Amino acid sequence: MQLLTGIALGSIYALLALGLCLIFGMLNVVNFAHGAFFMVGAFLGVYFLGVTGNFWFSLILTPLLTGCLGLITERFLVRPLYGRGLDYPLLLTFGLSYVLIEVMRVTFGIEGLPSITPDGLTGTVNVGIGFFPKYRLFLIAATALIILGVWFFIQKTRYGLIIKAGAADQEIVKVLGVDIAKVWLLVFGLGCAIAGLSGILASPTRSVNPEMGIPILAESFVVTVVGGMGSPVGAVVAGLLVGVVYSMTSLFFPDLAELSIFILMAVVLLIRPQGLFGKAGAMG
Amino acid sequence: MNSLFQLIARHRVLASTLFLAIFPFIMPYEALAINILIFGLFAMGFNLLFGYMGLLSFGHAAFLGIGSYLTGIGIVHYGLGWGTAILIGVIGAAIGGLIMGFLAIRTRGIYFSMVTLALGQIIYYIFYKAESLTGGENGLRGVRVDTFNIFGVPVDFLNPMVKYYIILFFVVIAIWLISRILNSPLGAVMEAIRENEKRAAACGFDVAKTKLLVFVLSAAICGLAGSLRALHLSIVPIDSLHYLQSGQAVMMSILGGMGTFFGPFVGAAVMLYLEDVVTTFTKHWMAVIGLIFMFFVLFFPKGIWGTILSKLQIHQDSK
Repeated sequence: MQLLTGIALGSIYALLALGLCLIFGMLNVVNFAHGAFFMVGAFLGVYFLGVTGNFWFSLILTPLLTGCLGLITERFLVRPLYGRGLDYPLLLTFGLSYVLIEVMRVTFGIEGLPSITPDGLTGTVNVGIGFFPKYRLFLIAATALIILGVWFFIQKTRYGLIIKAGAADQEIVKVLGVDIAKVWLLVFGLGCAIAGLSGILASPTRSVNPEMGIPILAESFVVTVVGGMGSPVGAVVAGLLVGVVYSMTSLFFPDLAELSIFILMAVVLLIRPQGLFGKAGAMG
Repeated sequence: MNSLFQLIARHRVLASTLFLAIFPFIMPYEALAINILIFGLFAMGFNLLFGYMGLLSFGHAAFLGIGSYLTGIGIVHYGLGWGTAILIGVIGAAIGGLIMGFLAIRTRGIYFSMVTLALGQIIYYIFYKAESLTGGENGLRGVRVDTFNIFGVPVDFLNPMVKYYIILFFVVIAIWLISRILNSPLGAVMEAIRENEKRAAACGFDVAKTKLLVFVLSAAICGLAGSLRALHLSIVPIDSLHYLQSGQAVMMSILGGMGTFFGPFVGAAVMLYLEDVVTTFTKHWMAVIGLIFMFFVLFFPKGIWGTILSKLQIHQDSK
């Protein structure tokens, strides 16, 4: 039971880390505003759901909007900083997260919005070993679908091939006549869209307020460190692992719940500094 | 004019001290000046690691917080004198730096930032959970120091001006220490590591040991800033440990000019002064500071002080 709760929590982590990992693997940028995009996604999602009453509609509209926000961010803010070292895009997105938090405070108030569980997904369902909230099952299924979709996109489509090639060697891809700037733009937008999507998916399970992206950013960094920087498989596995560790500790040692995942990270760092699925030289 | 600046650059500790001695008279009120003094020190300690060695830590709030809490706990729960309490705060922060540094220097680049941020969150939760000692969410209250006994002479610590100069005394010691570190061979190795880590290692320097040492020194200085803050505010808010507080150190360094001696101080002064002004007409000052910060990252990466210095073409070595 607690395992399922952990997997539901972990699937959000996995999604977030996957978005971070896509952007990092391709652009070498750690998006410090990732938590803020997650928060924006949750706000927009709940807002659209309240206005239209249609969950599926907001599930499509929200990632589109956060994705567009990502496109604008890459084009006008991150792009001028390429070639100026790794720290600058990180610092810039950090500043951006401040702005996004305040914009949401101005728009929706500091209290946040009440989260809504969509109709049809309320209540619990018998999963054989006990009753489990329907929405969390939906959450697990939806994330699995999204992760499969991203995997399919990268492994099986032409665009995915270009992305993979670009991550491996951007010079060669440029020489082959691919407009790499466009690919980077797309990848950044996709990463932000996934962050927004995880925001709306997570919104019924947590309170929607302007600060909600802050702890989740630290936690998704833990996931990225545990999984190994730039490894999509690592992001997914570590996301689930962190979710399960969190919910197991909160069952047996509730006081240590928040700490447990950071302890997990410290242990992984001591044993395998490059993360579970990271390559040895991939940290510099 | 230029030779004046050269003179200031050569005697940076003296110049900083003189400037800070008259600083409260150009500020609207003393509490703001004290705040700038403390956060300036915090940013300078952080800059030692980031500006001079190129390690971008997002966990330095931990050291500010450890310094504050240990000093506060010493005074509130154990009735220690201010001297012992400050010492405990600084040593505690240094030990925290040793542990965090030991784990974090195993990684490099952006990874380092992520690990320090996550480790900083551990410290946050530890202090948050230890409610009986730290007051949890409400923060630690009642860190009262009314009088300072200096060589047996009681001095009224509640007088803001007196408070400013007592805190300045500690800050000047720290500034002198930072200047000595930067002028020592260690300072040169730090900059070598920033410029090219592999080459520094090939020259025979122990890169890992240097990184750890500087991490601990930086943590201790930030811990001192924290201790002083606890005495100043007479409470320790839990926010001291929050990673947005770490972000403030980062912002102040960038705004003022990372890798310059006095830049972080300038950054702290500008940012806190702005906060003070902006909050009088809107409570959304975070958006303003965020935008200004992004503007500097994009167009003035050298920061205010760094840009001034490079306009005056003052050489790197004598900053």
